[in-house]
Amino acid sequence: MNIVVCIKQVPANTHVKMDPVTHTLIRDRSGSTINPYDLHALETALQIRENYGGRVTAVTMGPPHASDILKTAVGMTVDDGILICGREFAGADTLATSYTISSAIKKVCPADLIICGKIAIDGDTAQVGPGISQWLGMSLVCNVIKIEKIEDKKIIVKRAVEGGNELVSVTLPAVITVDKSINVPRIESIKGRFKKCDFEPKTVNAEAIECDLTKIGLNGSPTSVFKVFIPERQKADHELIEGKNVAEKAQKVADFLFESKLIV
Amino acid sequence: MEYFLSEKEKIVAETAREFAEKYIRPVRAEYDETGEFPWEILKKMGQADLCGIYIPEEYGGLGLGVFGLTLAVEEMSKVCGGITLAMAATALGTFPLILYGNKEQKEKYLPKIASGDMICAFGLTEANAGSDAGSIATRADKDGDYYVLNGTKTWITNGGVADLYTVIAVTDKSKGARGTTAFLVEKGTEGFSFGRKENKMGIRASSTTELVFENCRVHKSQILSREGMGFIVAMNTLCNSRPGVAAQALGIAAGALDEALKFSMERKQFGSPISSFQAIQHMLADMAMEVEAARAILYQTARTIDSKKQKNFSKESAMAKAFCSDVAMRTTVNAVQIFGGSGYMKDYPAEKMMRDAKITQIYEGTNQICRNEIALQLIKDVKGKK
Repeated sequence: MNIVVCIKQVPANTHVKMDPVTHTLIRDRSGSTINPYDLHALETALQIRENYGGRVTAVTMGPPHASDILKTAVGMTVDDGILICGREFAGADTLATSYTISSAIKKVCPADLIICGKIAIDGDTAQVGPGISQWLGMSLVCNVIKIEKIEDKKIIVKRAVEGGNELVSVTLPAVITVDKSINVPRIESIKGRFKKCDFEPKTVNAEAIECDLTKIGLNGSPTSVFKVFIPERQKADHELIEGKNVAEKAQKVADFLFESKLIV
Repeated sequence: MEYFLSEKEKIVAETAREFAEKYIRPVRAEYDETGEFPWEILKKMGQADLCGIYIPEEYGGLGLGVFGLTLAVEEMSKVCGGITLAMAATALGTFPLILYGNKEQKEKYLPKIASGDMICAFGLTEANAGSDAGSIATRADKDGDYYVLNGTKTWITNGGVADLYTVIAVTDKSKGARGTTAFLVEKGTEGFSFGRKENKMGIRASSTTELVFENCRVHKSQILSREGMGFIVAMNTLCNSRPGVAAQALGIAAGALDEALKFSMERKQFGSPISSFQAIQHMLADMAMEVEAARAILYQTARTIDSKKQKNFSKESAMAKAFCSDVAMRTTVNAVQIFGGSGYMKDYPAEKMMRDAKITQIYEGTNQICRNEIALQLIKDVKGKK
């Protein structure tokens, strides 16, 4: 079974800076890391490989330094890493990104199962995984919290939905996006770290993945950001509730909430 | 201090450090309290390639020798000497196989040990034989192609949890120590069972039990080296494995120093951090000097063993073990002292480190036995020159 894991380089939480003119994130190498959800996607793939056999390939789209996160994946012992890289991809929104990644998967690393983190912590859209499934015409299960089993070209997974969980069986090939609760990602192994010292990703551009140039980069992105702003902080009054004991303090809080009609 | 580690050695240390921080630190107190064996953590150690560092590459390991093992055990023991022991005691149980196993035996077991799928143990000690290894009472009587084992081994680290045991038993009583033989015995062999799990002062996450043999039939193909070599297998195993105990001790000491230093800079008395008082500073300085000296003797011993340029290294190995474990005891006692009242409480890590340190002065040859070996070798060296 060929498993492809889509991963993304994101700004490390503590290093986020915005461009005041374009209102986009300033992305540089020093403050970048792998999207945390993608570590869980990689772990899911590696566990499937351990239980059912197969090959795991990590794919990312980004500037040359995005190869850093492919090295992380190699450290975790994926079999291969592919970097989709070229100026023609710049400015892509989630539609263009999912088209580009799906084209690369189709051309370079055909997959029985594609695994993504359920959301990236920078854009916070959760659209690329579903987008890939649509471009490739594959089934999609989002917010997966457990892999139950894989057999007869089918995968059975548990996904979290509002108010409960659902068991879903889908025919492969399929795309799943995973939640953090699905597993604890492994650290990079010693052999993986040895391997990544010499690792160079297979790098592909638009020509190599034979994609429609009108669907990639800025040209293929219908999204335009109207405005990005930091919301004003609302100031609130505060009052310290005093009382002899917890019961009395709780009663005072309850009285206040009722009187203010905050609860009825 | 710069120890000129190779890139690979740096990676081993870095991986062990990251592993310990991520998977061991958050749960060490819980395992110490419950005394449960860390199955899940051991599985993850295997995944991270931490179980096969010292196993030759041709058998699925990393081929980084005693020094590679030392680095990993030190780093993980800084966080918990008990949980780390699941792996380190497997190394003790594996050295007889690496040193004396034939190709078939190695191919059968070493890849599984390297991947973390197989745990090992070493069975030498008995109620009346430990330091006095020549008084072993467990018998192995020949019966056709089999040997029938009868007897009890005590205080065996990884007892009950290990899949494979190297057991030293008497095959010819008339020959004393030269009449002993080393057997590989798999868990599940008929007639092989375990006594109760011991309730220990420290290294509580580690399993220690008796091994009980009652007419346990072991095929002759499970003999390591050949009949009569048991004592030599055991002694050379200890020469190779003692740096592992030393690394555990060094790790515990270094971890205790880190904790004591951090605490002394946070804890205020008389309006100042206690680290500003000379009484505390001198304690910290002594601890740091000893830890660094311990690291130096251990690293050089491990490198000496791996270089294969020195045939007999029983003296160096015993020196590293005794020195590092004595340092571990002194350092952890002082760490508890620097922590003061907090040090005596289980809410802080110092008291556990002190309890864990003690065993390193006792097992794999008490420090008194180690000193005997050092002195014996010193005298032999002088006599040899004459």
